[in-house]
Amino acid sequence: MPPGADYPLEIDGRQEAMCCRGCQAVASAIVAGGLTDFYRYRTEKSPQASELVPEQLSEMELFDRDDLQHSFVQQQAGEQREASLILEGIVCAACVWLNERHVKKLPGVLDFAVNYSTHRAHVRWDNQRIRLSEILEAISAIGYHAHPFDPGRQEELYKKERRAALRRLAVAAIAMAQVMMLAVAMYAGGDEGMDEALRNFLRWVSLLLTVPVILYSAKSFFSGAWRDLKRHQAGMDVPVALAISAAFLASAWATVRGHGEIYFDSVTMFTFFLLAGRFLEMGARHRAGQAAEALVKLLPATAMRLTDAGEERVPVVDLAPGDRVLVRPGEGVPADGVVLEGRSSVDESLLTGESLPRLRQAGDRLVGGTVNTESPLLLEVGQVGEDTVLSAIVRLLDRAQTEKPGVARLADRVAGWFVSALLVFAALVGWWWWQHDPAHTFRVVLSVLVVTCPCALSLATPAALTAATGALTRLGVLTTRGHALETLARASHVVFDKTGTLTEGRLRLQQVELLAPRAGRADSLQIAAALEATSEHPIARALRADSGAVCRAEEVTARAGQGIEGCVDGQRYRIGIPAYVLELLPAEQRGRASGSGTPSGVLLGDEHGLLAHFTFADRVREGAVETVQQLRAMGLQVELLSGDDATIVQEVAGQLGIERYRARCRPEDKLARIQALQQAGAVVAMVGDGVNDAPVLAAAQVSLAMGGGTQLAHASADMVLLSEHLPHLVSALDTSRRTLAIIRQNLAWALVYNLVALPLAAAGLVAPWMAAIGMSSSSLVVVLNALRLRNPHR
Amino acid sequence: MDVLYLLVPVSLVIVGIAVWLFLWAVRSGQFEDLDGPAHRILMDDDDTTTPRPPPSKDDGG
Repeated sequence: MPPGADYPLEIDGRQEAMCCRGCQAVASAIVAGGLTDFYRYRTEKSPQASELVPEQLSEMELFDRDDLQHSFVQQQAGEQREASLILEGIVCAACVWLNERHVKKLPGVLDFAVNYSTHRAHVRWDNQRIRLSEILEAISAIGYHAHPFDPGRQEELYKKERRAALRRLAVAAIAMAQVMMLAVAMYAGGDEGMDEALRNFLRWVSLLLTVPVILYSAKSFFSGAWRDLKRHQAGMDVPVALAISAAFLASAWATVRGHGEIYFDSVTMFTFFLLAGRFLEMGARHRAGQAAEALVKLLPATAMRLTDAGEERVPVVDLAPGDRVLVRPGEGVPADGVVLEGRSSVDESLLTGESLPRLRQAGDRLVGGTVNTESPLLLEVGQVGEDTVLSAIVRLLDRAQTEKPGVARLADRVAGWFVSALLVFAALVGWWWWQHDPAHTFRVVLSVLVVTCPCALSLATPAALTAATGALTRLGVLTTRGHALETLARASHVVFDKTGTLTEGRLRLQQVELLAPRAGRADSLQIAAALEATSEHPIARALRADSGAVCRAEEVTARAGQGIEGCVDGQRYRIGIPAYVLELLPAEQRGRASGSGTPSGVLLGDEHGLLAHFTFADRVREGAVETVQQLRAMGLQVELLSGDDATIVQEVAGQLGIERYRARCRPEDKLARIQALQQAGAVVAMVGDGVNDAPVLAAAQVSLAMGGGTQLAHASADMVLLSEHLPHLVSALDTSRRTLAIIRQNLAWALVYNLVALPLAAAGLVAPWMAAIGMSSSSLVVVLNALRLRNPHR
Repeated sequence: MDVLYLLVPVSLVIVGIAVWLFLWAVRSGQFEDLDGPAHRILMDDDDTTTPRPPPSKDDGG
């Protein structure tokens, strides 16, 4: 709660204090709507609200235009329309409930459903009774932001793929349950004595139930194996397809002949487990793809185009190189281009990681997706669509993701190799038995396959990973890719981004140095805050956050990149860079005062002299120092790569005790550094938060994104530090190392089990019930061992 | 045990219905959001114990 905030509101019969007018407006809208339950059920705090400015309202009204709507709205019978929205600001389930209740109550809204997993909403409305802009405004009134978007072909594709996978999984699961039930009956019948005709009948039913599993559910394994064979590779699908088809054909033949072993239960179970694993993997892949798509949100939906006829608002997709576009303060830059007129500070932090906005004036280049913060800029559009820097970053990310050194691929190869070796061994055993005792050949070969059914082996890794992932999730560390823990345990280097990762990512007032005896600390701060009251510059925000009660400034004029002038209580003041403030001083004082001016921070002065010097710093996160120390103690090399200025980076590195750091790194530079480390044999763990970090996060062997970071960073990272608590990074590393130890124990156990069981089975000494007990108890040991990971040490 | 010759085919029919039901659920989009409903059930839409401010205007409820 900022000091001096005085915005009370009654919620559930209690007075609650609000931090700003925006939050007060939002909260009163929620209370007036009878939706106070939101405050009781929410599990995460909401971000600070912001009031809508008239420009944003007029932009929303633009979404009502039919020519703009045709790209993202589906027209239905009569005046019914449907659209998909991306909802920003959803942090927990209570937000979803609040949005649904609030929007559904609007007259004319026919349906509104929010998907909690993807943060997307689907709205259907009657265009005669309510307009899309009114719905968007209603969502803004309770503190969220909604953008319509074109679901596009990729979204459709994901949906189809997901549904097909679910259908295959369901068929396999239901058939498996039935076949297992019949198998139990037949095992019991084998002991107790079962009527031959009934046994054959049950076998035929099992065959009937397995056919759809083979023809429908397992189809993807066969097509995958066929693809591998055509390319002369031995992927995981080849042995899988071989095992499934061989076991099925042998069982079908045994059923037709009326005697011999059947393995329909193994076939269906095997198919189901494999499909379940692939389904989970697909879900993670889709989430990553959706987040990358949300990057397009950085670009505004519309732009103000200047033509000979005057100004017109057009959709950004209609912009062409050579167009002239007006970018107002607070608006995003719609495309790459060159400034024609105007002078303003542009916030490029999302793309470059620089904490301070850069001054941009006529002749300078602007990058699409950055935000204009001070005064209007006239831009000549240079590149649009695929040619922009933003698109290039997305492509860089795509490439880095596909180039990723996959431990997962390695695991696949090892598993494939293991299964191939098993098949060769089974073939050898079969050949030996064929020479000596042909009658038992098939039974022995199959019992070899059953007893070594790589259950323990295939459970060894996933069980440990699942237990560890669950423990870390409770700590607020989300693991988004399966290999993350394994690789994290092997990491030799930890590379940090600075802004937003090691630091909080926003400027705070660090020091107030009073330069005149008549100046007081509180007064100076108040005057500075009053002058900066309307500015969106990070320095202005820092000043406002730290000043007490507010006084008003009049006749405020800003000079972009230099400072602000204004009157407070009849006295004229300037705040800004030294040269600008000194202009206000009488000539004889200038020389004396300029000597005391320091280059960093801003000065405050009036017509009689300088008053105060404010310095700002991006504060280092809590626990960062301890985290770096502990990482060192665990034997890791710590490095800092930042896009920021050398002096700032040096200071932060000094505070944290990091010896190796690089400043002014562009995304390409960071990528090059990581690749150089990797070539030297390092396993790099990258921790970052911004869009500029995305390619680097994707290229590092294992990467962590901060929870407050951009969606794109989350998509490229293997783990997300939702808690934003850096010491949890140490817990994650610790857990990952213990996980690796447990995986090794599990694999060792599975290996010993197989080494003992295999010769026995090959010698024909293992009965089917012994194989079943051995297999399940070995799996149980593995799972129980993995469960030890559920309680993290720290 | 002859009853099994009737019961097993009956169970096959029931399995067929179960598969059809599941496929219908997938088609109607019930598996699109697996997290939301778990939280949504906790929210009481008509909780009368919540003190409400006197309605300033008709809010449609």
